[in-house]
Amino acid sequence: MPRLSCWFIRASLAYLVAGFTLGALMLTLKAVARYRGLGLLMTPHVEFLLIGWTLQLTMGVAFWILPRFEQGTSRGAVGYAWLAFVLLNAGVILAGLGPVLGDAGFIRLLGRAAEAGAAFTFGLHAWRRIRRTNF
Amino acid sequence: MPLLTRWFIKSALMYLTVSLLVGVALTAQGAVKLPAVVDALMPVYFHLFMVGWVTQMIFGVAYWMFPHVSKENPRGSEALALVTYLTLNVGLIARAIVEPILAFQPAPAWTVTLILSAVLQWIGALAFVANTWRRVRAR
Repeated sequence: MPRLSCWFIRASLAYLVAGFTLGALMLTLKAVARYRGLGLLMTPHVEFLLIGWTLQLTMGVAFWILPRFEQGTSRGAVGYAWLAFVLLNAGVILAGLGPVLGDAGFIRLLGRAAEAGAAFTFGLHAWRRIRRTNF
Repeated sequence: MPLLTRWFIKSALMYLTVSLLVGVALTAQGAVKLPAVVDALMPVYFHLFMVGWVTQMIFGVAYWMFPHVSKENPRGSEALALVTYLTLNVGLIARAIVEPILAFQPAPAWTVTLILSAVLQWIGALAFVANTWRRVRAR
């Protein structure tokens, strides 16, 4: 497994724990107190699990297993994939924690833009690796 | 494919079907008169899909395909993987049943069961991460 995949996948596992912890907390609050004001926890819960866990894991595994170049020794433009990793994690933190930090507008928008940038740069990296192979 | 992976993936396929059927019920509620409890199924629908289908499918495939720990112990702790499977599924099923009931019939027993379901699912995630972390390593 390449080093960048390790980063992607370990970060995704960390978000899995964080997202499930928030989810368990929200479900407990809902059971105990009929607590309706779950919006503050809901945003990071959804952001951590949808983007931080599932999307990030997908990128990590794709970087690992998509067809390689030069008889299997090169993964092409790796810089774009590293940029995707940085943008994705910055995006998840900003979009997820923006409302918690008291700014639901600008910080969250910045986070979502970073996530979109991650998708674009990962696409730039992966595009040429999605091709016909002999196996 | 190891036995636990087959359990994970077959369970995931069942959750996929059930979650989409719940989606049908939620959509049909607008057109035909279904029991009021259907209105409380939205969080159940999301979680059957995202936890029961997506997350459980990932757990099963990762347990099968991720790099091995060693030749003698390829997939880490089987006990932790079994704990993952059992706690995740018991917790999720309990949640799917109790959460809508609690919305209409508050009772201490339902409250305790819902909290237990939250704790069980949380333990399932922790057990998966504990078993998988050391298998994520560079060659």
